[in-house]
Amino acid sequence: MARVLLQVPATARKGEVIEIRVLIQHPMETGFRVGTVGEVLPRDIIRRFACTWDGEPVFSATLHPAIAANPYLAFTARAEATGTLAFTWSGDNGFAQTETRRVTVTG
Amino acid sequence: MMRLPRRAVLGALLAAPALAQQAPGRVVVVGGGFGGASCARALRAEGLAVTLVDPAATYVACPFSNLVVAGMRDMAGQAFALDPLARAGMTLVRQQAVGVEAGRVILADGAALPWDRLVLAPGIDLRFDALPGYDAAATEVMPHAWKAGPQTLLLRRQLEAMEDGGTVVMAVPANPYRCPPGPYERASLVAHYLTTRKPRSKLLVLDAKDQFSKQRLFEQAWAALYPAMLEHVPLSGGGKVVSVDARAGTVTTEFGTHRAQVANVIPPQRAGAIAVTAGVADRSGWCPIDPISFESRLVPRVHVIGDAAIGGAMPKSAFAANAQAKVCAAAVAALLRGEAPQEPRLINTCYSLVAPDYGISIAGVYRPANGLLADIEGAGGVSPLAAPPAFRAAEARYAADWFATITAEAWG
Repeated sequence: MARVLLQVPATARKGEVIEIRVLIQHPMETGFRVGTVGEVLPRDIIRRFACTWDGEPVFSATLHPAIAANPYLAFTARAEATGTLAFTWSGDNGFAQTETRRVTVTG
Repeated sequence: MMRLPRRAVLGALLAAPALAQQAPGRVVVVGGGFGGASCARALRAEGLAVTLVDPAATYVACPFSNLVVAGMRDMAGQAFALDPLARAGMTLVRQQAVGVEAGRVILADGAALPWDRLVLAPGIDLRFDALPGYDAAATEVMPHAWKAGPQTLLLRRQLEAMEDGGTVVMAVPANPYRCPPGPYERASLVAHYLTTRKPRSKLLVLDAKDQFSKQRLFEQAWAALYPAMLEHVPLSGGGKVVSVDARAGTVTTEFGTHRAQVANVIPPQRAGAIAVTAGVADRSGWCPIDPISFESRLVPRVHVIGDAAIGGAMPKSAFAANAQAKVCAAAVAALLRGEAPQEPRLINTCYSLVAPDYGISIAGVYRPANGLLADIEGAGGVSPLAAPPAFRAAEARYAADWFATITAEAWG
């Protein structure tokens, strides 16, 4: 399991635009580097990130080899109803990880 | 032990060229720190007429000031009077340089100093536009202590006044900044102070970087000496500080807010103000230079050395400023004679203390390559990871000897 940092407000007013920040610790090995004995280091990157709010897509991104290690993403979403945000990262070598956060929407 | 022979040698070096015929060309040096004072002396040794401009009668040195912060050293040991430079044949002008025109430096009182070549060694200014909440007023509550002086003592007093069990938060900037290993030496020595005086306290180091100078040596020492006390949070752990609130005493990262009893905020930096005024700083805030002569890439006949300059792999350190000062002085002298400067090799060595008797070091050798200063691979190195306590204690003594040597060379 990779270490994940999430910044998600626990509560929001209905209609409020909230900022969400996510960071996952991942080497994002490009596949273009060579190792100590000249061998090409195989690519190992996260290919896709997606965020859903009770199953509804909120934000997604396709990642490429030029993206630095430990990818950090910040995006916004409009709070419509109390629900669960799910964050999913997937990529090379069968990498898959999901984290969830509950957001209570008031008013 | 080192002082007498060194002074004798230095005296001999300075005396011989000073007797030589005065070379043509007036050189003005702005800034009396490690770079400026060393350069003024080296220019004088070339037989040139040198004027050193600095409003301060005394320079307060940053190296070893982390020991002052941690209560292990007196501030008096950091202060160096500029007067000996006048006695060694340089003209001292105790004023702020406020402007640079073609061939003239404008002083605070409106007077103008003419020059054929100008050397700027203005050091750094702290950027108060880079970290929301951190302005000049906030430094009185959350000291940076990144220019030695009252700020150093303020941070020390805050640590002394803190109750046992408090949290000290340090904010460390992204590269480039003055003294790359400095924040980690400070973290080590503050942790040492807390361990001995306030053992229930905590030190949280919030870092905008994942990698730093002498990292494995620092981390090894922290694990051995301060395992429960010191927590380093790198960029990938959410360590980048994005704002501070001096009134509330909080430091905020991208992923959370930390309450600090003592907050030491080291903000992003740029070249000293006169570099901007003179037009030698670029949009990065630092001064691009030719790596052979240290002549500005932006303004001809103006040279920039020390922390204000940027040109490749060489770090911003007192040692580097001193090395650059000598190379720059030789280049200035050659250019004034109408000759091409020699391609230099420059050395940097940097000692850090992780405890009073535990020193570590890094050394690098640099040469001009593709218009920048490039690291010569395999020529430098760091202290071994596996070393007995006697080795670490010896390096701590070397650090003290280095400081005595370089300050005597610069200020006499």
